[in-house]
Amino acid sequence: MTLGWDYPLPCRRQRAEADPYTHRLVGVLKLELKGITKRFGSLVANDHIDLVVEPGQVHCLLGENGAGKSTLMNVLYGLYDPTEGEILVDGKPVVFKDPGEAMAAGIGMVHQHFMLIPVFSVAENVALGNETTKAAGLLNLEATREKIRRISDQYGFDVDPDAMVEDLPVGVQQRVEIIKALVRDAEVLILDEPTAVLTPQETDELLEIIRQLKRDGKSIVFISHKLREVKAISDTITVIRRGKVVGQADPSASPTELASAMVGRSVSLTLDKAPANTGEVTFKVRNLTVTDHNGQHVVDDLSFDIAKGQVLAIAGVQGNGQTELTEAILGVQPHVAGSITLGGEELLGKSVKHVLGAGVGFVPEDRTLDGLVGTFTISENMILDLYDKAPFASGVGMKPGVIAENAARKVEEFDVRTPSVSAAVGTLSGGNQQKVVLARELSRPLRLFIASQPTRGLDVGSIEFVHKRVIAERDHGTPVMIVSTELDEVLQLADRIAVLYRGRLVGIVPAGTSRDVLGLMMAGVPAAEAEANASAHASGATTPATVSEPVGHEGESHV
Amino acid sequence: MSEQTTPDPQATGHDSAPGPAPTQVPGGTSSEAVASDVALDTAGGQMPPSAVPAATQLPSRDKDGEGSVLHQIFTGNAMVSFLSVLLAIVLGGILMAVTNPKVAVTAGYFFAQPGDLLTEVIRPYTALVQGSIFNWAGADLAAQLYPITETLTVATPLICAGLGVALAFRAGLFNIGAQGQIIFGALFGAYVGFAWHLPIGLHLLVVILAGLVGGAVWGGVVGLLKARTGAHEVIVTIMLNYIANFLLLFLLTTPAFQRKGSTNPISPFLDSTALFPELLGPQFRLHAGFLVAIAATAFVWWLLNRSTIGFEFRAVGANPSAARTAGINVARSTILVMAIAGALAGLAGVAQVSGTEKYLSGGVAASIGFDAITVALLGRSTPWGTFFAGLLFGAFRAGGVAMQAQTQTPIDIVLVIQSLIVLFIAAPPLVRAIFGLNPRKKKTTTSGTAGARTGGVKSGAAA
Repeated sequence: MTLGWDYPLPCRRQRAEADPYTHRLVGVLKLELKGITKRFGSLVANDHIDLVVEPGQVHCLLGENGAGKSTLMNVLYGLYDPTEGEILVDGKPVVFKDPGEAMAAGIGMVHQHFMLIPVFSVAENVALGNETTKAAGLLNLEATREKIRRISDQYGFDVDPDAMVEDLPVGVQQRVEIIKALVRDAEVLILDEPTAVLTPQETDELLEIIRQLKRDGKSIVFISHKLREVKAISDTITVIRRGKVVGQADPSASPTELASAMVGRSVSLTLDKAPANTGEVTFKVRNLTVTDHNGQHVVDDLSFDIAKGQVLAIAGVQGNGQTELTEAILGVQPHVAGSITLGGEELLGKSVKHVLGAGVGFVPEDRTLDGLVGTFTISENMILDLYDKAPFASGVGMKPGVIAENAARKVEEFDVRTPSVSAAVGTLSGGNQQKVVLARELSRPLRLFIASQPTRGLDVGSIEFVHKRVIAERDHGTPVMIVSTELDEVLQLADRIAVLYRGRLVGIVPAGTSRDVLGLMMAGVPAAEAEANASAHASGATTPATVSEPVGHEGESHV
Repeated sequence: MSEQTTPDPQATGHDSAPGPAPTQVPGGTSSEAVASDVALDTAGGQMPPSAVPAATQLPSRDKDGEGSVLHQIFTGNAMVSFLSVLLAIVLGGILMAVTNPKVAVTAGYFFAQPGDLLTEVIRPYTALVQGSIFNWAGADLAAQLYPITETLTVATPLICAGLGVALAFRAGLFNIGAQGQIIFGALFGAYVGFAWHLPIGLHLLVVILAGLVGGAVWGGVVGLLKARTGAHEVIVTIMLNYIANFLLLFLLTTPAFQRKGSTNPISPFLDSTALFPELLGPQFRLHAGFLVAIAATAFVWWLLNRSTIGFEFRAVGANPSAARTAGINVARSTILVMAIAGALAGLAGVAQVSGTEKYLSGGVAASIGFDAITVALLGRSTPWGTFFAGLLFGAFRAGGVAMQAQTQTPIDIVLVIQSLIVLFIAAPPLVRAIFGLNPRKKKTTTSGTAGARTGGVKSGAAA
C-alpha cells in the first residue's frame, strides 16, 4: 500500500499538474461553452448558448422541463454533437466524440436515470468499463473497493462496496453514480435533475455532499427546476428558456423572480385562496386498515373526515402508507378493513367503477403508470373512465365525434399544449399530461376529489395551474384530499394537514402549522410533543435528544 | 434501475383480479420492499421512477404486458412490413437462383446471353404469380381466374385465425394457441355438420355457431386461467395446442367421429346443408367462408375502434395499470378477449371443415394456427392489415403449388420466403439500414473545421 493510495485525490492532482499532454491543472478545471447550438430537424433545442463554469463553483442551470438543459449537458458530455459552437476546457477547444472522451477530460455526469446494473455490487458497477485485472486476466475488484472506501470516507457517503445496487435506496444509488464519476477523476460533475427522485431528507444529504465536493475544488453543474434547492446550493445561476440563455441570476434573488425568469412571465408562487367555506362532513374514513401480502399493516387504523369545501392534505415521507390509503379508497387494494363512506354510502368493497361512479375524482400519483395510456390519443385518455357512459357511448358503440369534440373543449379549457387531440398522450410533456388527467377527473360532477402528488415532476407554470384548479374544485364545494410529499405543496393547499407515519395517523393539525412541527411529525413525533420540541428550538433552549432531524429543515431555511 | 428492466412481473400482477397488493412502485421486488418496510429511511429510497418528468422517461418505460420489443414488432410501421416482404422476395429469388442447376448453366454464358439467366431467376416468380393471381396462359376465363380463387380460399382460414391472434395481442396477450382453437372450432363445427341434420340455411348457421363456441371455449380457458391464477398465456396456449391436437386424433378413432366403414381417422362428410355455398360454381373451391372472413375483419375493426369493449381491450393491452385505475375490469377483459380471439380462430376451423375440406381429419388445422401468428405480425395487429397479410400468405401458398409444378422449384422456398418476412419484420433497424432509411446517426461531423479540430484535440484528451 503506497502513500498514493492513502491520499488518492491530492496525489492525482499532482500527477495531472505534471501531465505534459493536457497541461491542465486538475482541480481548477474551467469549462466554457461558446455558442452551442443543437438542432433536431427543425427543432432548436439549444440556441447559441454560452456558459462558463468556474472552478470550484456550483453552477446551476435553471429552466422548465423541455427548456433544453439536458440537451445542453448531453452535448457537453459527448452524447450529442453540437450543430454549432464549441466547448473549451481551460481555454482550449475540445471535441468529445463520446462520453469516454468527456470523462478523460475530467467531466463526469450523473444522469437523471441512473446508469447502474441492479444485480451488480457497488464495486462491480464502479469498475465497469474501467476494470483493472490481476494476473491471468482476472478481475481485480480490490483496488476498486479500496477507492470506493476512500471516497466514501472522504465525503461521508457511507457506501458499502459489496452491497448489491438493487438493494440500495435511490439516494445511495445516486451516491454510487457520483463515486463512479469521482473514481474516473471527474473535476466537473454534471448532476441532471438529481433531486427529482429523492425524498426531502435525501435531498438535504445530497446538497451537503455537493458542498463538500465544492470545498474539495470540484465544479458542479446542477440542473434543476426546483427553486428552493437551486437557491440553497448555487454560486451562479443561468436561466434557460426555450433553448436560450435568458440571463444570469443571483442566488439571493427571490423564488418569484427566479420562477418568473424561468417561465418568461410573472408567476405567483403563493396561491391566492380564500378561506375555506366548509360545509357538512360527507367523507368519512373509520378504522381503515390495509394489509399487504406479507400480513403487514401498511395502513393502520386510520380515521379522518373531510368536509365539503375543505382540503385535507396528507403529508408524510414517501412510502408511509399514502399510496395504499388512496388505493383503498379507490377500491384496488385487496385486503382492506374498516369503513369508507361518502355521503353515507359505504365505498369499501365496491369496484373501482362503482367508486368512480359514486362521484370520486382520482388523480393517481404516477400519471404515466396509472393515470394515462401513453399510446392512446388525448381524446381517448380524456374519457378513460367515461368511455362507456353517455354521451360518449350508446350501448357498446362509441361515438368518436362526441369524444373528439369533448377533448377539443377540454384541451382548450385546461390549456393543454398539443398540436392535435389525436396526438398520443405519451408525446406530451409531464405538465400537459397532468392537465389531461385533471381535465378528465374534473370533468364530471364530483363528490370527492383525491389527488396524489398532483404536481410531481411538473414545472412552475404547470404547478401554478394545477394548484388553482384544485382550489377551484374546493371552492366548488367538493371535499378534496391531497396526498403530497412536498411540504411546500401541503402548506399551500391544505386547510387541514394529516401526517402519516408508518401507516398510522400521527395527527391532524391546522393549516398554519410550522414546517418544523410538520417535519417532526413526519418522523413520527406526536403533534403535541412536536410543538413543544419546535418551540424549544425556536427559543434557543437546549433540547434533549431530538428524535429526528426535521425533514427538509435545512433546505427550507435557505429560502 | 431494476424497476424499468422488469416490466413483466408487474404487468402480470396487474392483470389478475386478486393480484398482489398494488403499490406505487413498478416492479415486484420493490413493491414488496415498500410494503414490508415502511421505515422512514428506507422507504424514501423506494421512490418510483415517475418522480421525474414523464416526458423524459417515456422512451424507457413500457406499459404493455408483453415487453416492449414484442410490442414494437407487432405494431411496427407499415413501411417496414412492406419492405420486409420486398426484401424477402428478392432474397428468395437469389436462393432459387443458386439452387437451380439451370441457372448455373445459363450463368456460364451470361455475357453472351444475359437474358437467359434473368429468365431462369424470374421464371419461378412468374409461375408463383400465375398460380396465385392470374393465369394468362389459361385456356378460358375460368382457368385464368382459377388461381385468384385458390388464393382467396387458402387465405380464408389464415385471415380468421390471424384476426384471433391480432385481437388478443391488442389486449396485451400473446395468443400462440390459434392452432388449438382452430381444432376446437373444426371439431365442434364438423360434429354439428355431420351428426345433426337440420334444414338448409339453419344448419350452416348452427355449424358456424358451434365452431365459434368451440374456439371460444378453448380460448376462454386461457383467459380464465390467466385472469384467475396469473398463468402465462404463452405457456398455457402451447400446452392447449398439444391437448387439442391429440384429443382430435383420439376422437377420430371413436365411433362418434370416425367415418363408417373407414379405418382411417377421418370423420364422415358434412351434410350438404352444413357447407358454405360455392361462390363461383363447382369448378372453383372458393366458398362463402371468404365472405365470412371479410365480415369478421370488419367486425374486429368495429370492435377495436368503435366499441366500448374494444376500448377496454386496447386500454388493458396498452397499460393494464391505468385501465384498472380507470375502473376497467382487467380480469373480465382478459377472459373476454381470449374467448373472442378463440372464436375467430374457431371460425377458421369452420372454414376448413365446412368450406375447403368438407370433413374432419387429423390435419384439419395444418399449420394455419402458426401461420396466423405470422399473418398478424405482418398485419401489425390491425384488422385490415391482417386481412391483406392473410391474402398475401394465401397467394404464397396457392402460387407455391403452381411454382413447384411448373418450374420444379420446391414449394419449401415459399416457407423460406415467409420466414424471411418474419425475420425482417422482427428486425426493423436492419430493414431500414438496407434501404437507407435510418435516422441520421448523432455522430456525423457537421462542419469541416470541427472535424479538423477533432484530430488535434483528441490526442490531448486521450492522454
